[in-house]
Amino acid sequence: MPYHLMKKVKTLSILITGCLFLGTAFFFACNNQSSSRNNIPETISYNYDVRPILSDKCFNCHGPDANKREAGLRLDIATEAYKALQEHPGKFAIVPGKPEQSELFLRISTDDTSLQMPLARSTMPKLSEREILVLKKWISQGAQYEPHWAFVVPKKLPLPVVENKEWPKNEIDQFIAQKLEEKGLTPNEPADKERLAKRLFMDITGILPTPEESSSFVNDQDPKAYEKLIDQLMSRPQYGEKMAISWLDIARYADSHGFQDDNYRTQWPWRDWVIYAYNKNMRYDTFITWQLAGDLLPNATKEQILATGFNRNHKITEEGGVIDEEYRLMYVQDRTVTLSRAMLAMTVECAKCHDHKYDPISQKDYYQFTAFFNNIKEVGIESTVGGPETYAKNPRMQITNEDVKNTLQFIHKQDTGKLEISIMKDLDTVRKTFILARGNYDAPTDSVEPATPAAILKFDKAYEKNRLGLAKWLFDPKNPLTARVFVNRIWQDFFGKGLVKTAADFGMQGDLPSHPALLDWLAVDFREHGWNMKRLVKQILLSATYQQSSKISEEKLKLDPLNIYWSYAPRVRYPAEIVRDVLLSSSGILNKTIGGPSVKPYQPPGLWEMATSGRGLLKKYMQDTGQLLYRRGMYTFIKRTVPPPSMMLFDGSNRDECQVTRYRTNTPLQALIMLNDPTMLESSKALADQLLAKKMTPEKLVELAFRRIICRTPNAKEIEQLTAYLLAAKKDLSSEQAEKITNVGIYQPKTTQKIDLAAAMQTIQIIYNMQEAITKT
Amino acid sequence: MEKELLEHGLNINRRKFISRMSVGLGSAALGSLLIPGLFNGSSDAEEAIMRGLPHFAPKAKRVIYLFQNGAPSQLETFDYKPLLCEMLGEDLPESIQKGQRLTGMTASQKRFPLIGSYYDFKQYGKSGAWVSDLFPHMAKVVDDLCIIRSMNTEAINHDPALTFFQSGAQQGNRPSMGSWVSYGLGTENNNLPAFCVLLSRGRGNGQGVYSKLWTNGFLDSVHQGVQFSSGENPILYLQDPDGVDRNTRRKMIDEIGALNQLENDQYGDPEIAAKIQQYEMAYRMQTAVPEIMDTSKESESIVKLYGPDCLVPGTYAANCLLARKLSENGVRFVQLYHQGWDQHGNLPTEMKGQAMDVDQPSAALITDLKQRGLLDETLVIWGGEFGRTNYCQGNVDVTNYGRDHHPRCFSIWMAGGGVKPGMVYGETDPFGYNIIKDPVHVHDFQATVLHMMGLNHEKLVYKFQGRRYRLTDLYGNVVNNIIT
Repeated sequence: MPYHLMKKVKTLSILITGCLFLGTAFFFACNNQSSSRNNIPETISYNYDVRPILSDKCFNCHGPDANKREAGLRLDIATEAYKALQEHPGKFAIVPGKPEQSELFLRISTDDTSLQMPLARSTMPKLSEREILVLKKWISQGAQYEPHWAFVVPKKLPLPVVENKEWPKNEIDQFIAQKLEEKGLTPNEPADKERLAKRLFMDITGILPTPEESSSFVNDQDPKAYEKLIDQLMSRPQYGEKMAISWLDIARYADSHGFQDDNYRTQWPWRDWVIYAYNKNMRYDTFITWQLAGDLLPNATKEQILATGFNRNHKITEEGGVIDEEYRLMYVQDRTVTLSRAMLAMTVECAKCHDHKYDPISQKDYYQFTAFFNNIKEVGIESTVGGPETYAKNPRMQITNEDVKNTLQFIHKQDTGKLEISIMKDLDTVRKTFILARGNYDAPTDSVEPATPAAILKFDKAYEKNRLGLAKWLFDPKNPLTARVFVNRIWQDFFGKGLVKTAADFGMQGDLPSHPALLDWLAVDFREHGWNMKRLVKQILLSATYQQSSKISEEKLKLDPLNIYWSYAPRVRYPAEIVRDVLLSSSGILNKTIGGPSVKPYQPPGLWEMATSGRGLLKKYMQDTGQLLYRRGMYTFIKRTVPPPSMMLFDGSNRDECQVTRYRTNTPLQALIMLNDPTMLESSKALADQLLAKKMTPEKLVELAFRRIICRTPNAKEIEQLTAYLLAAKKDLSSEQAEKITNVGIYQPKTTQKIDLAAAMQTIQIIYNMQEAITKT
Repeated sequence: MEKELLEHGLNINRRKFISRMSVGLGSAALGSLLIPGLFNGSSDAEEAIMRGLPHFAPKAKRVIYLFQNGAPSQLETFDYKPLLCEMLGEDLPESIQKGQRLTGMTASQKRFPLIGSYYDFKQYGKSGAWVSDLFPHMAKVVDDLCIIRSMNTEAINHDPALTFFQSGAQQGNRPSMGSWVSYGLGTENNNLPAFCVLLSRGRGNGQGVYSKLWTNGFLDSVHQGVQFSSGENPILYLQDPDGVDRNTRRKMIDEIGALNQLENDQYGDPEIAAKIQQYEMAYRMQTAVPEIMDTSKESESIVKLYGPDCLVPGTYAANCLLARKLSENGVRFVQLYHQGWDQHGNLPTEMKGQAMDVDQPSAALITDLKQRGLLDETLVIWGGEFGRTNYCQGNVDVTNYGRDHHPRCFSIWMAGGGVKPGMVYGETDPFGYNIIKDPVHVHDFQATVLHMMGLNHEKLVYKFQGRRYRLTDLYGNVVNNIIT
């Protein structure tokens, strides 16, 4: 941690513990605690040291946006930055090697507010002392520019040589070890086998191991036991479900149309296909090509067309009186944004109203890019709230029972009703695409042709000027982004954060990769091995990096507080869907059905009713019954305007738009749901009942419950505390209380001893509320 | 990166700080009185330090926003246009309409016949402001109000217009105004959320409300509006299950804390300490919220002031009373939504019903805050998402007419902290169609609200996906003329 920040923290600590009633005044006091101790590298790198500063503080007015460029000065291109200043001929923004003659340096370092940059009156903060010194040193060293790292085609560099030859298990570890050694860190010891088993089960399937499954791995002495377990888990159908979760966020999948009335839609067969595609290990290039352009493939199959539902998952209005074109263009742009964010990690939407402020994407680039999605046979508003004919919008495809019996067996269709989903289909003619002035739908200017941003990769003439050509462009070996972005996202799925932390922004304002060589190596390796997703996942799981213990020592907290260098395994809370799965799988009530229409489990009453327009199928929450109450979290019905609170409280996506990274918060409302939600109470009850039926000692009951939920053997202290609690609860609870406590959910207990049941239930609930229960450890 | 490092430093200190206290005392969150968000794993502490907030001395400490969802007609509320009665049934002149865009609902109408208000207007108070007969109670407190008749917006349909008002952008997924204020100023009460949302519904034609209206967007979810429901469980999952009393719950939370502490000793994850604190706050909320919701101890004079409905949970009146109590207890931003203001038809009857719901309680809130000496530090806002057309939707019938959406002008009022009382601001043309003086755009309104809270709308920024976002996007000017 930089010295001045440490000092700030220290000051805070004293204030917090020392005096509790100071006002905001001390914030200012802290603000003045800056220090001049700056850690500036020997050789300044443009990409790593300089560009982040220029981009963040300067490009807004002196960057790629031609319309907002001040004083004709552009600092993102060397030749422009070295030119004589338009307004002051004879002066130069940058004179390589001579900071004292460079206006850039003079203006950022002056105290004269009439000259200072960024302008004192702008919202842009002043440059820090360190930033000024970095720029100065860079100019002294010749002010060399470099192309942006993410736009350079990745290459496999030779594997780094490391001192610790024992630790690395595969290539990943060599890159990780190199950085660790550079930073004076050592990796943690491997996690114990119980924790490792749980980690694998949860990361691959999202379902906890049973005590038997866990023991069998612990007792397996085969040196290949770990790899065997990976293979076994990856062949379970729950693998596809687990992998689909983050894809559903990206694809903004939901069960309602969104906007005002927010009525029902039947897009779930597309979701079933995603699970199926992951399970059969479809190549990533195929997976994406079908979703973008399955309908344009020669002799497209129904499955390929079904995959294009991806691009119809966006919100669609049913609000009477809207202006059609305004909404139609919104859908076109939504698809463009989704593609850019999810597959290219570019924020192209910034160029909707003006040239991009930071990245080399002009407004024209943006509209050319949208042109790929502008030829769909669709309208802005097709129908207002209605019956089944409105559950999918044109273009649409019917899925018959015949299809399900034959070619689309993975669709979990249980009834004989008509089932339609929205898909992609182009017009027979070409709809013209225009640049829209300030992004307004009613202000078209020049017309444009489909094309991709040249800064990423020019669109090859050989490619069809449609979505299929676009898919080919994505998987062109010269495309610098596609593979990198994907491997980074998978890394994020398994490590909690990406090698590039801003997984949706590889542009100038995004974070730099923590391990650029590893990212590139993985990207190229992934492409060279046929975009094989299971192979990539297994590669990560087999690394020593992944298998470390998650213990955080004081020393590591000091040296690498954010665990950027991976000297310990991450401890992150499970995603919202998986929190639910933990409850249901540990208590043995989980319904393992895969796919089908989304379900409506317990939800506090009145939420939909309070917020509805009063129209449509979803004006009332009709809770499901029986086994449907026990489906996995990923099948919980998502009504966009009132998303399920149990998901939202744990940072689930509201599926409003493409989301690549979830937040991970820790709030009191999460404590409340873990204490009071009927799903939690019913799971505790079911588990308590099953354990009571086995007639064991309180210690044994506690131990077994612990193993079912936390998936490890509890230590003596834990058993002692929980047993004491259980015994005390048994004594304290009245039969009346016990009756009320156990009267929850539809689960019918076998035991008639309500006090025993209630006491065990509460003890189990305590175990569920341990941080470890819903945290990857 | 620096922000995270600092946050991490805070976590370490958090851990040290907590380890000095016995688990289960429930007093550990004192630190967050000083640093909002210290215990929720967010980075607010650092942000607050970096930003030095508030930017200047605030005029108001808290906001109560009475959102009239569906868009009440300005022509039957505060914008008196006798010309429309004189020209009944005549076409809106093209010179006034100027080819401005219409919604899909009236775009195909062949004629645009003007129609005046079914309800009379009178002037009230020292300011002599015109108020329609539908709002006798508001008329009585008119000298406390600042009526703005020159509001205008960009959206023409409910969903985008509501979203625009609340988040500064039409498409959603940006933080709501209450979230921005919570982010900027934190909370004054550690047992209650900083941003609370209350919903009610009138009898008029309604439009839905959406949780995206109180979303935290890209801000930490601690800034999300917390929806209060009527009934036993005002905050989701707040109520202990049947059979679990406070004592039992206390013991459970202590036990959970003790087990988490064991894990913390072994694994050293700062998140564990934060989690222990979240359980403590949850426990305190469980007491604090029902106390506030309890109306059984309200005095007769209060019930009389707000009207008997204020004892019926879920009504607008009850929500106004609850808003006062939450605000009094330090909730930074209370947002009400009252649905039912979308009068495409049957306007005279429906508006009468809607006005019956909101007139007395809205005025009571002003009076009540004033008598408690709180009006000076509380900003109260009343208004919808756009206005309504001066011409009739459908047939001309003076007793049963409708009005379509109209974004070009509409009326709202503000009162209390920082607002000039007894003022009428802005003016529309005699047709009530275009603004002719002092227009106030939604972004201007948002800039002004933030200003009153001591926040500079151009400086209250959050960097997300490489861009610095503001509530007012790139626009907005503070309306200095209405500020004291």
